Amino acid sequence: MLVNEKIAIEHGLKSDEYKKICKLLKRTPNITELGIFSAMWNEHCSYKSSRIHLKKLHTKGKKVIQGPGENAGVIDIEDGDAIVFKIESHNHPSFIEPYQGAATGVGGIMRDVFTMGARPIANLNSIHFGSTQNKKTKNLLRGVVHGIGGYGNCMGVPTIAGQTSFDRSYNGNILVNAMTLGLVKKDKIFYSKAAGLNKPVIYVGSKTGRDGIHGASMASASFDEKIEEKKPTVQVGDPFTEKLLLEACLELMSGDSIIAIQDMGAAGLTSSSIEMASKGNLGIEINLNKVPCRETKMTPYEIMLSESQERMLIVLESGKEQIAKKIFDKWNLDFAVIGKTTNTKNIELFFDNEQVANIPVNTLVENSPMYDRKWKKSKLPKKNKINKTIFKSLKIKDTLKKILSSPNVCSKEWIWQQYDHTVMGDTIQKPGGDSGVVRVHKTDKAIAATVDSSATYCWAHPLTGGKQVVCETWRNLISVGAKPIAVTNCLNFGSPEKEENMGEFVECVQGISEACKYLDYPVVSGNVSFYNETKDIGIKPTPTIGGVGLIKDYKKMITMDFKEIDNIILVIGKTEGHIDQSLLSRIILNENNGPPPEVNLFNEKNNGLTLLNLIEKNFIKSAHDVSLGGIITAISKMCIKGDKGIQIKKPKFLINEIEYFFAEDQGRYLIEINPKDLKEVSKILDKNSVHYDEIGKIIDKEMIIDQKTKLTIDELKSYNTNWLKSYMV
Amino acid sequence: MKSSVITFPGSNCDRDMDVALTKFGFKNKMVWHNDQELPKSDLIVLPGGFSYGDYLRCGSMASKSKIMNSVINFAKSGGLVMGICNGFQILVEAGLVPGVLLRNKYLQFICKNVHVKVDNKENTFFKNLDKKVLEFHIAHNEGNYFCTNDQLKEIEDNNQIAIYYCDQNGNTNDQINPNGSIKNIAGIFNKEKNVLGMMPHPERMIDESLSGEDGSIFFKNLLNNIK
Repeated sequence: MLVNEKIAIEHGLKSDEYKKICKLLKRTPNITELGIFSAMWNEHCSYKSSRIHLKKLHTKGKKVIQGPGENAGVIDIEDGDAIVFKIESHNHPSFIEPYQGAATGVGGIMRDVFTMGARPIANLNSIHFGSTQNKKTKNLLRGVVHGIGGYGNCMGVPTIAGQTSFDRSYNGNILVNAMTLGLVKKDKIFYSKAAGLNKPVIYVGSKTGRDGIHGASMASASFDEKIEEKKPTVQVGDPFTEKLLLEACLELMSGDSIIAIQDMGAAGLTSSSIEMASKGNLGIEINLNKVPCRETKMTPYEIMLSESQERMLIVLESGKEQIAKKIFDKWNLDFAVIGKTTNTKNIELFFDNEQVANIPVNTLVENSPMYDRKWKKSKLPKKNKINKTIFKSLKIKDTLKKILSSPNVCSKEWIWQQYDHTVMGDTIQKPGGDSGVVRVHKTDKAIAATVDSSATYCWAHPLTGGKQVVCETWRNLISVGAKPIAVTNCLNFGSPEKEENMGEFVECVQGISEACKYLDYPVVSGNVSFYNETKDIGIKPTPTIGGVGLIKDYKKMITMDFKEIDNIILVIGKTEGHIDQSLLSRIILNENNGPPPEVNLFNEKNNGLTLLNLIEKNFIKSAHDVSLGGIITAISKMCIKGDKGIQIKKPKFLINEIEYFFAEDQGRYLIEINPKDLKEVSKILDKNSVHYDEIGKIIDKEMIIDQKTKLTIDELKSYNTNWLKSYMV
Repeated sequence: MKSSVITFPGSNCDRDMDVALTKFGFKNKMVWHNDQELPKSDLIVLPGGFSYGDYLRCGSMASKSKIMNSVINFAKSGGLVMGICNGFQILVEAGLVPGVLLRNKYLQFICKNVHVKVDNKENTFFKNLDKKVLEFHIAHNEGNYFCTNDQLKEIEDNNQIAIYYCDQNGNTNDQINPNGSIKNIAGIFNKEKNVLGMMPHPERMIDESLSGEDGSIFFKNLLNNIK
């Protein structure tokens, strides 16, 4: 087929991008070459709109072994151990085909982690759906949850935490972000940089089929009414084969045969081969007739662009082919020597004894387009003036009932009970807590992980929202007694070609970077998902942050359930009564305007580190960070989990009780301490200038607020646990 | 005491079982599904997971694997065999215990703590157990035990029901039945009571930091009974 500009545009390339390709090649590309360019130059693979801004992220730190740019980030957790982790989006495919889309999202991120030599030890996910009134929401939710479970459960990796939200802006574009953590010895980490000439290039895993062709291009465009036609671009997952691939790769990695290894994810064989060559500053030669195919008559174009799952590309030490082959035979996986490294610095493809592509690697990578797109700065919205009489008309009990049973606050048990969260025998904090926690097998250490996003805050003011979501994960880790180490980010936005969306992206990234820098909590990996929009309606900006922290002695882990009657509850951090953009404001007052709560990074860091110090000294019996729904929502959850009540006395502040209990001021935690420790704890908090209020004491089975409002724990439980179950029936 | 855990390619609770058995004093060996011979063992365990992907009926392919001939012979000669979760499914498919395991009633994977009532203590697995109700953990998609009325009568006449799903006080009823199993059956023996298949995972309940510790009670008791 002759290539022209029209065909290039059908491949998602822009007119000037096509011209650039012809100029770089000094000729017209053939169809296979055009396919390769379109796969490498699309937004999903090239980060052409985001690269310029991602450079601003804070990515360095003492504990960082590998920052962004590899298959996943790596952090040091001492004693020669390291954690490999990353989050990735699979939004577009999941909307088209929720089960397979979500399943292969989980499969893809696990491959990213074990490609680096790490055994996956925990999965997390952040999933966002449209309004609960939207007719598609229920089936999408069901399909996504089944897909995540279907893949992760079969792999035998526990899913330990997650986040689910509902918002109208996701009606036409759901978000599925999957995160995996793996454990590896520091001196056994594998990278994707090829090295050495004439080294065999090995293909292992599943056979290549026609599924997923153009998947990455699909993920780089908006949706329209023809979306159903895109189903064939969704990959089909086979978790059993991935489990075999995992075990086979780890077995091979225990020896010294591998020079470089790269999973075939987005843009399959194309991006994996080119990335390895590019990083090694080498050329690569592939005989496409050697690629194991499961369908007949596949063309070079199809072989190169297939996104069939569960495949890996390996550059092997010469002479190690037989050792490697034996291992893959044992696990019943395909193994083929398909090419070699060369000094041409070109990617050269052969098929039926003919050269079918010959492209300089640098034109695909370094010379790929990079755009400094126009973006619009957001102003901080003006504060709403809420009439105080409205607050007086609200009853705490009714308001709390509505909040606890609202879709974004209610218990997500229906979801996480479908995920195996206890396999591997090291899960010491299950989903439903502030962070999931798994032990580092056969050690005293444990790893805490959490995933969060606050699209509403980001939408109201991207810069503040970006900071807030980083801080939220930081608090989630501190609340379980973990020292936060690093984050991974999944940046979900609308079209970068619109100034507003691009502005949201730029400012969220800036907010993330500022917070990460201040908290010494660097970004080590992540991905960007643009074009989350259908028929011109985009999602709220949703940067998702996955935070990872270390607990040195797992016996010191903290949970949020109230422990003992008569213990005292303190609120750490100051409550100013910020109601704008709070859940109260949105679902009770029906007010969507105003600024998000302010983020004070000094307070965040100071409050968090002081709490860690208190945990270290064994003063803290339970802890929970205050977020969506304010203090009273957080307390309710502690009551429900601990099956205990609380007698609350609101501190004498200028703000009224509705403001006090439902405000979403940042940097706050609830902690439970023994009365005998109050003096010592107060001393430490005062010494560190941490604001705190004593708010009540634990009693049996009842929540009593200022002797006026009474709720039983069973009432709280039924508000919180029933909504999702009955919605999904 | 010597134990062997069979590893099928898609087993994923084999390591957990190894950890548990070793912790409570078994000398455990891992055995590859493609092997022919079993090492000398006092107990053989078929662990949980997705043996061969389970795209066909769960456990059906595994029941035909090379090592299973030896496992079947071992069981028939009176050796102790225990199948957990996918291992239970394999035992059913191999015909070592009666019945079948259907998809869960609500068509969902379920991962949570459950209580089980131990009814029959006249066997090596539960003899001398000083608790009647144990808290175990389940994680499965196909644990809905089913058999014909005739089979059920035979099973009951022979005291082959090992454990029932129940509440914390030992009451069995529909509400606490997690997967729709007939009679709340969570585990079952062969006629001779040397083969036990059960859906719950005792190996996930072996220290206080995990979901519970009743697995420890089970394993300690088992070891003492074999000694």
